[in-house]
Amino acid sequence: MSVNKVVPSFDEAIADIRDGASIMVSGAQGPLGVPRNLLLALRRKGTRNLTLITATGYRSVSAAKFYGFPHAEDWVDHGILIDNRQVRKVVCAMAYVPGRDSVLQKQYEAGEVELEHLGHGPFLLRMWAGAAGLGGIYQPVGIGTILEEGKEKRVINGREYLLEMPLTADFALIGADKADCLGNLVYKGTGRQYGPIMAKAARVTIAEVDEVVVPGGLAPESIVTPGIYVRRVVKAQPEVHK
Amino acid sequence: MKERLDEQTMALRVARELQEGWYVNLGFGIPALCTNFIPEGKTVFFFAENGLLGFGRNADSDEAELLGWRYVDAAARPVLPAPAMAVFDYAEAFDMIRGGHIDCTVLGGLQVSEKGDLANWRLPVYKGKGGTIGGAMDLAACCKRVFIVMTHTEKSGKPKIVRECTYPLTAKRCVNLIVTDIAVIRVTSHGLSLEETAPGWTAAEVQELTEVTLEVSPNLKTMAL
Repeated sequence: MSVNKVVPSFDEAIADIRDGASIMVSGAQGPLGVPRNLLLALRRKGTRNLTLITATGYRSVSAAKFYGFPHAEDWVDHGILIDNRQVRKVVCAMAYVPGRDSVLQKQYEAGEVELEHLGHGPFLLRMWAGAAGLGGIYQPVGIGTILEEGKEKRVINGREYLLEMPLTADFALIGADKADCLGNLVYKGTGRQYGPIMAKAARVTIAEVDEVVVPGGLAPESIVTPGIYVRRVVKAQPEVHK
Repeated sequence: MKERLDEQTMALRVARELQEGWYVNLGFGIPALCTNFIPEGKTVFFFAENGLLGFGRNADSDEAELLGWRYVDAAARPVLPAPAMAVFDYAEAFDMIRGGHIDCTVLGGLQVSEKGDLANWRLPVYKGKGGTIGGAMDLAACCKRVFIVMTHTEKSGKPKIVRECTYPLTAKRCVNLIVTDIAVIRVTSHGLSLEETAPGWTAAEVQELTEVTLEVSPNLKTMAL
């Protein structure tokens, strides 16, 4: 097969993410779906002024330790980029929760970081509009709340709806279980998370996987994210990510 | 000081409302305890908004390790698979919610108004847009039924059942039932109906800790626990 999307290293995979880029990052609950090594590579590169589009604005270190997740002592999720001051703006579904490490809260209240806080549903629909080439979506959630601010409201069949505009990004970093060299992806357990929607919504999607199989190694009907949405695949080495 | 129900007992009381065959979402905190109080023989399908439907009980860390940490709920808590469990992604999960396919959500509350408005996403200590919306607005606005389980008053004694919510709203006119540590209250088209009081509490004592005038149900009873 002459097409091969597998890239040999994490640093190479993220080399073209420049200062000011917008990035979507999957993973919200637990270690599955978190593109751990891509995030470490982006921290090493030190890219700044990022717009980070992701489920949560906090690091889940305390939950990871509480439940005894693998790598809990050395927990990596998108929060490391906020901690390292590489982020200018956060677009998320959950900004911060009591008792979790909240660097974002400090940076937001000090006026250093911009925050767009959407809740999961409107956030997902905006990404879907971006992914599917729609001009926007009328959706019913957030009527009478802060989510109404600045949005067109319309009554359809007697129910109120808000217009959500498309959300896309320069890059998506996602974690999956297996890929073939064409970028077809399958996920493990609850590790799908935001992977499938972000892979569609971003212009360049980079997937970190535990295993790369030969073309034909994934049953066509088992594929969750078709390779058309995936530009690069990197395999996590067993020694850095079991 | 009169005794109030503890968190486990509040969860037990609200769990009794969950009916056979329902697809049910549980919020963080007290609502999540409901899984402990589904009697043997009753089937309730628990839904987690991170993409899990019909999961089993919580897994301890040894069990989770054996499963390769494969399944977690929306609070990142490892759970065991159950027969006929399904996994999917966030977008699918929120279509289930927004499309009205979830029979019931049990959520915590900071305030509920007499019209059934809910405020539960931002603690007053946070500023601006800070806080945690998560799935709360979708769940409250779109599930078929919304049950709130919360303490009747704030730690300071301030009532949480109020004429108008003063905290930022989660959704308008969405709550059907409120279970607190001293009462069970139903939201009706003409106001709030006091249906049950905790053992040792009278309707007048519950009213005293409630900003809204409660209509006392003709069938008022003491909670059977």
